[in-house]
Amino acid sequence: MPLVGAKRWLLVGIALAIVASYFSPQFNRYYLGVAIDVGIAIILATSLNLINGHTGQFSLGHAGFMAVGGFFSAWVSLYVGNLSHAFWYFPLSLVAGGLLAALVGLLVGVPSLRLRGDYLAIVTLGFGEIIRVVAQNTEAIGAASGLKGIPKLTTLGWTFCFAAITIYAISTLVNSTYGRGFIAVHDDEIAAESNGVDTTRTKVTAFVTGAFFAGIAGGLYAHHKQFLSPTGFDWLKSIEIVVMVILGGMGRTVGVVAAAILLTVMPELLRDFSEYRMIIYSLLIILLMLLRPAGLFSFHFKRRSQS
Amino acid sequence: MDWFFQQLINGLGLGAIYALIALGYTMVYGVLRFINFAHSDVLMLGAFSAFYIAPKIEKVFGSQSVLACVMVFILAAAVCAVIGMTIERLAYRPLRNRPKLTVLITAIGVSLLIENTAQNERVLGSAPQAFPQLITERAIHLGNLVISSKDLITVLVTLVLLGGMWFIVQKTRIGTAMRAVSFNQQAAALMGVPVNRIISFTFGLGSALAAVAGILYSLNSSIEPLMGVQPGLRAFVAAVLGGIGNLPGAVLGGFLLGLLETFAGGIEGWSNYRDAFAFGILILILLVKPAGLLGRSSVEKV
Repeated sequence: MPLVGAKRWLLVGIALAIVASYFSPQFNRYYLGVAIDVGIAIILATSLNLINGHTGQFSLGHAGFMAVGGFFSAWVSLYVGNLSHAFWYFPLSLVAGGLLAALVGLLVGVPSLRLRGDYLAIVTLGFGEIIRVVAQNTEAIGAASGLKGIPKLTTLGWTFCFAAITIYAISTLVNSTYGRGFIAVHDDEIAAESNGVDTTRTKVTAFVTGAFFAGIAGGLYAHHKQFLSPTGFDWLKSIEIVVMVILGGMGRTVGVVAAAILLTVMPELLRDFSEYRMIIYSLLIILLMLLRPAGLFSFHFKRRSQS
Repeated sequence: MDWFFQQLINGLGLGAIYALIALGYTMVYGVLRFINFAHSDVLMLGAFSAFYIAPKIEKVFGSQSVLACVMVFILAAAVCAVIGMTIERLAYRPLRNRPKLTVLITAIGVSLLIENTAQNERVLGSAPQAFPQLITERAIHLGNLVISSKDLITVLVTLVLLGGMWFIVQKTRIGTAMRAVSFNQQAAALMGVPVNRIISFTFGLGSALAAVAGILYSLNSSIEPLMGVQPGLRAFVAAVLGGIGNLPGAVLGGFLLGLLETFAGGIEGWSNYRDAFAFGILILILLVKPAGLLGRSSVEKV
C-alpha cells in the first residue's frame, strides 16, 4: 500500500513550500532561481511521466503545451490581470494557461493518439513545432521577438505548492480504480481493450491531464524568467523532459522527481565547464542508456517486466 | 505560368536533397526499426569534411574541375560512411535487443553529442563558414525561367544515386541480404545472413548518401554545426510521409515535401509558416493513411 499517506504528503509538501516561501527573501537569489527551476522541472517531468511512463505513449511535444500555458498565462497577466491583486489572480492565470494547454492537448490528442510508437512520437513532435511556429507569428504575444516584461510573480511557495499538487494529483489518479486503466494500456493495449478499458479515452485523458500540468509549469516559467521566446520551446526542450522521465525510470514517480532535480542542478554545477557542459550532458544520456536503461534509480527488486 | 515552373524547378532541387536524406532514414529504419536521429548530423559532418577536403583536392586536380568535384563527393561520402558505421558499432549495436525507446533516446543523445562537440570552439566552432565553390556557377535561361547549375546538378546526382540504390537493393547479393534482414532479422540470421555486417553496411550506405546530400545542400551557402537540423527534420518527415522503411516512399515523400514547401513558401504571407508546413502535411496524411503514402499497414495479431 504505497499511497496510504498520500494526502499527508501533499499537506506536508504545501506546508514546507509555504514555510520556505516565508524565508525565501533571505536566500541567495541565484539559489532561489535554481530552486524554482527545479520545481518547474518536477511539474514537467511528473506530468510527462503520466503520458510516457504510466500510459506508455511516446510524446515528444511536451514543450509545446508548456509554451501554450506559458504564453497564455503571461498574456493574461499583462493585459487582463490586475497587479494589485496578484495573490488571487496569479494562480487563476496559471490555471487559465493550464486549461488552454489542456484544450490544445485535447485537439492534438484525439486525432494523433490513434497512432502508435514512432508515428505518435513524430506527430507530437510535429505538433510541438507547429505550436512554436504559430507563437512566432502571433502578434498578440510578441511574435518572434517574444513576450517581455512579464511581472515576476512566481515564488518558491507557488512553485512547490503546484509541484506538490501535481505529484499528488497524478499519483492518486494512477492509483485510483480508473487510473489502473493507464497502466493496463501501458502493459497491453489489446488485453486492456478486451477487458473493457476504453483505450482511446484513457490515452486522451492521460494526454490532456499531462498537458494541463505542463501548461501550469509554463505559466510558472513565464512569471519566473519574465521573458518568453518561442524558440525556447523547441523540440530540444521536449527532449530534455523526456530524458528526465527516462532517467527516472518510466512510470516511477519518485525516480522521475529525482531525475528532474538532478538534471536541473547538474548543468548549474557544471557552470565552470560551460564550454563542455552540453557535451557532458549528451555523453551522459548515451552512457546511461547503455548502462542503466531502466532508469538511474532502478534496482533489481520489484522490477516490472518489460514487454 | 512562369512563376509556377520556376517554383517547380526550385522545388525539385530541394526535394531531391530531401529524398537523399530520407533514404538514409528509411533504410536504417528498415533494418533496425528505429529512427536514427544522428542522421542529420552525419549530413553536417559530410558538408564539413567536403569543406576541409576540397582545398587539398583542388590543389591536385585543379580548382573547379569536374574531376576534383567528383573526388570531393566520393571522399566525403567515404568519411561519412566510416563515421556512420562507427556510430552504429559504438552506440547502437550494444542496444540491439533492448526496447526501441532506449535506442531512440540513445540516438538523440548521439545527435546532441555530435552537435555540441562540433559547436565547441576547439572543434569546428559555431560560426558559419563559407562553403567552397566546387564547380563554376552557371545559370541556364529557358525563356523567363532560370535553372541554376546547382539545381541541375542536385537533381542529376540524386537521380544517379537513386538508380544506384535501386540496383544495390534489388539486384545485388548484399541488397537481397538487406531486404532479408529488414523482413525478418531472426530468420535471416538463421539462413546464414551476417546480420551485423549487413546492418553496418546499411549504416555506411545511408551515411554516404547523407554526406552527398550535405554537400549538395551547402553548395552556394555557408555551413555551421547545426545546419543539418532543419533539412534533417524535413527529410525525416518525408520518410514518414512516404511510409517509413519503404525506399520508393522516401523518394516520393522527399520530392513531394520539397515541392509543397517551395510552393507554399512562394505564396505571400505563408512563408512565415514554412517550418510548420512540413509537419502540418505529415499530420494530415498520417490521419488519413496512418502508415504513410506507400507504407503497408501491419495487421495486428491478437
